Amino acid sequence: MAPVQLTISALPAHVRMARLMATAVARRAGIAESTLDEIRLAVGEACSRAVEAHRAHCPSQPIQLDLIDSAGPRSSSTAQDERSNPAAAPHNGHPAHRFEVVVSDKAPAKESAYANGSSGVAPSLGEHTPPGGVSGLSPDVGLAVIVGLADEVSIEPCAEGTVVRMSWPLGPTSPEDTRLAG
Amino acid sequence: MDLKLDHHTQDDTEIVVVEGEIDVYTAPRLRELLIDLVNKGNFHLVVNMEKVEFLDSTGLGVLVGGLKRVRAHDGTLDLVCTQERILKIFRITGLTKVFGIYESVQEAIDKRKSK
Repeated sequence: MAPVQLTISALPAHVRMARLMATAVARRAGIAESTLDEIRLAVGEACSRAVEAHRAHCPSQPIQLDLIDSAGPRSSSTAQDERSNPAAAPHNGHPAHRFEVVVSDKAPAKESAYANGSSGVAPSLGEHTPPGGVSGLSPDVGLAVIVGLADEVSIEPCAEGTVVRMSWPLGPTSPEDTRLAG
Repeated sequence: MDLKLDHHTQDDTEIVVVEGEIDVYTAPRLRELLIDLVNKGNFHLVVNMEKVEFLDSTGLGVLVGGLKRVRAHDGTLDLVCTQERILKIFRITGLTKVFGIYESVQEAIDKRKSK
């Protein structure tokens, strides 16, 4: 399936649209029904984080989502180094067929506990609420949820913003593949 | 689906019934309701999430914020939830250790009164 690209404004209402679109494209790509809930939540977390960051720093700038089925043709903008793009990496000598979601924001990046894929810690009641936010939790909690839900994740702060890549295997998966610890 | 909020009193406990999606768009409404209830002297809350279809970390933040407010008055905020898709996010974030999560409103009330 050809890649789908979506651009949203830094509006909370647009996060829901992004979730709906990502879930629809994932379903069409052949993602197992049991995994669709995880994609919906992970994409929502990534977009919520991006929207909050844009509202604080650059509210007029758009946020970009790339929805990529690695079994289909790839656009030039999504053909990345395999090391930083797990969906494109071969698996056992065969191209891995994966569904990948890339959320790219343009807000100034700050180091997160979840950058480079490190595991995080449970939130405490002492966490602060970000300026203008409604959450009583650190923004890193959203990234912790993404790390917990996606099969493979990379969070890359860069000069232009932050790129969150999440991917899931396409096709049927065993319960062990999708079951969450705890 | 949008967010529907309702609340009523049962056994000296304020029951908040939430239906729909709790996300970055709708969470402020739940936050305002919880703040309003606490400001009016309701310090024992049960949030019934049986009809919640979607919950993200923004929604979790609002629930944690509510818990902080009632605890400041030696109160409680317990949850009613049996949906695996919703419970999953509490497990991932470790919040199952922070909230009392029960299978029914009556169970939540009985547990609090037995403490």
